[in-house]
Amino acid sequence: MLWLALRFASLPLEVYARAVRASDPLAVVSSTGTQAEIVACNDCARRRGVKQGMPPAAASALASDLQVVPRDVAAESAALERIAAWAIQFTPAVSIAPPGEVLLEIAGSLAIFGGLKRLWREVSEGLRALGYAATIACAPTPLAAQWFARAGSSVRLRNSDALRAGLAELPIEVMQPSPDALGLLQNIGARTLSDYLALPRDGMARRLGQALLDDVDRALGRLPDPRPFFTPPTFFKASQPLPAPAQEAEMLLFAARRLLVELCGYLSATASGAQRLTFSFSHHGREPTRVTLSLVSATRDADHLTNVLRERLERTALPCPATDIALESELLLPLASRNLSLLPDAGQDEEAAAQLIERLRARLGDEAVLGLKRFADHRPEYAWRPCQPGNKDTSTGLVAGRPLWLLAQPRSLGEDAAAPCYDGRLTLLAGPERIEAGWWDGHDITRDYFVASNPNEALLWIYRERDPGGRWFLHGFFA
Amino acid sequence: MGLEAVLNHPAVWRGNECARVAFAVPTGFAELDAQLPGGGWPTGAITEIYAERAGVGEMKLTVTAAARLTQEGRWLSVIAPPHVPYAPALASHGIRLERLLLIQPGSVEDNLWAAEQALRASCCGAVLLWQDHINERALRRLQLAAESASTSLFLFRSARVAPASPAALRLHVSRVQGRTIVRILKRRGGGLPAPITLDLHGTPVSRVRRPAAPRVREPLLTALF
Repeated sequence: MLWLALRFASLPLEVYARAVRASDPLAVVSSTGTQAEIVACNDCARRRGVKQGMPPAAASALASDLQVVPRDVAAESAALERIAAWAIQFTPAVSIAPPGEVLLEIAGSLAIFGGLKRLWREVSEGLRALGYAATIACAPTPLAAQWFARAGSSVRLRNSDALRAGLAELPIEVMQPSPDALGLLQNIGARTLSDYLALPRDGMARRLGQALLDDVDRALGRLPDPRPFFTPPTFFKASQPLPAPAQEAEMLLFAARRLLVELCGYLSATASGAQRLTFSFSHHGREPTRVTLSLVSATRDADHLTNVLRERLERTALPCPATDIALESELLLPLASRNLSLLPDAGQDEEAAAQLIERLRARLGDEAVLGLKRFADHRPEYAWRPCQPGNKDTSTGLVAGRPLWLLAQPRSLGEDAAAPCYDGRLTLLAGPERIEAGWWDGHDITRDYFVASNPNEALLWIYRERDPGGRWFLHGFFA
Repeated sequence: MGLEAVLNHPAVWRGNECARVAFAVPTGFAELDAQLPGGGWPTGAITEIYAERAGVGEMKLTVTAAARLTQEGRWLSVIAPPHVPYAPALASHGIRLERLLLIQPGSVEDNLWAAEQALRASCCGAVLLWQDHINERALRRLQLAAESASTSLFLFRSARVAPASPAALRLHVSRVQGRTIVRILKRRGGGLPAPITLDLHGTPVSRVRRPAAPRVREPLLTALF
């Protein structure tokens, strides 16, 4: 067994600060009864002298532009769950240890991810993209990993001897004993775990209770320490409060990007892809604005989703600044992982094409990006149809002598001494090809088609109506 | 290493021949291929085609190469064409229609943006863009995009030839006496060959039955009795 503990020491701050760049001072205040104190603040605020445990009034005196927000415990535990859902891509055994830790059992994942070093890097880079600062520690037991993470030491211990030696150096505070027990231990001069381990066990059990002793035994692996494993929800929904109302696309995108990274971690954990995403931007005193992205095919590529959203946000302006972004994925489809291949293959092209179509449609609209297909009809204007790009062209008949450009509406031609004119008198080169069809649906035509050229040498496809008027029309260009 | 080996090295260019280009898509016209560096349309570069006027065969020049690309499974993006490309004609030229993407943006800016997106996507073999006015900066952007994914961009412009352009190949297409004349205005490696005459549309069947003035058709029933 090998456990990775992720400790999020500044989670109270990050549930707010994830959505903002770190240039404004921000502090989170927790109030117990009548007393309020600052539980976390960002670097900017810390530079101005704001400290943990300070009353908010004192902090505001130090930094006048300090934003003070109340602690949101529900958002913190929701954030931990989302981190756990994201982390399932690394191992199926993920456990949440409230209030601020997530544990990953990674012994079985090392071979797949190419060793502890690489897995470590992927986890820490992933957490950075999500916008969380974490202390990561690795140890053979979950509790020991938690303790190392709490002590801020990013150790990578693989065996129990190293574990024993490493634990001995930790301060006793990492065990989080009760204030009474902590006071007693400090009074008898026990500063580190090695001091604590040197004390007689029966006396400790009598004075401090069995619980602390058991904790140490769990950390050392002498007692079993089963952890409940986290099961991901079947539906993805996450939201992100914005610390200040925002309306510009770039600001919104910065926050939305983090939600998308989370979504994609969840999707790869559940081996699925999202085909429809709904963002809702909440406003003060208004109905939320909903932006739905419908994709050509299910995906879990965060970069691609961000690009699609960017095009969409640049096109749709919000009616007023948003205070909160929520992301829901409505249509989750199973999406098998693609095997990596040495040479580019057709599957990659398909994926690139689907992404291109989505990007184009997000900006230009659905109707501006089309495919074409043939349709079995003798009438030239009914012999083709627009369709979804990539749709199979099922018609097989080939007709020769058709122009590459067809006019949307046949253009009436003037006549000069019974010869049709288009920039001069036309010379008929081939024809006639008689097309007479469509009596069954009311759009019947009876025409004689000719290939003609004008004095400028343009090749045209023209026809003459076979009714008494016998008028000439231009229908296409042999471009 | 002998002199011959050095001279035949792909990186060595001799002034009296057109440049050897590693990748090119044959145009389907042997006379034209012979005059183009690499024996075809350059990939990862812009080809500008100036048509003297619509309907002189400018589209037909590119169709054979486009058909070949779609049959290899690559996509063909057609951006802002002056008319709807006629699906039955495209199919009879060998283009796989399920690999065709018809993009009709509303503005110049969107045309260029769509072209750049299509060029950068690795799925497209060729992008056909109709855009008359285009400044040099935008053209350079497109050139870079084409290079990044080795896609060919065919840029169709009207007859007024712009003075300079980063395009790798510039052609002027006109028609004289039923034949299409292709003049190469610029190619990689320099040297301008004589205009090339192509018979793009085949010799049309000259036997035209002049249509008689349409008769008023008699009702079918009277014809039967």
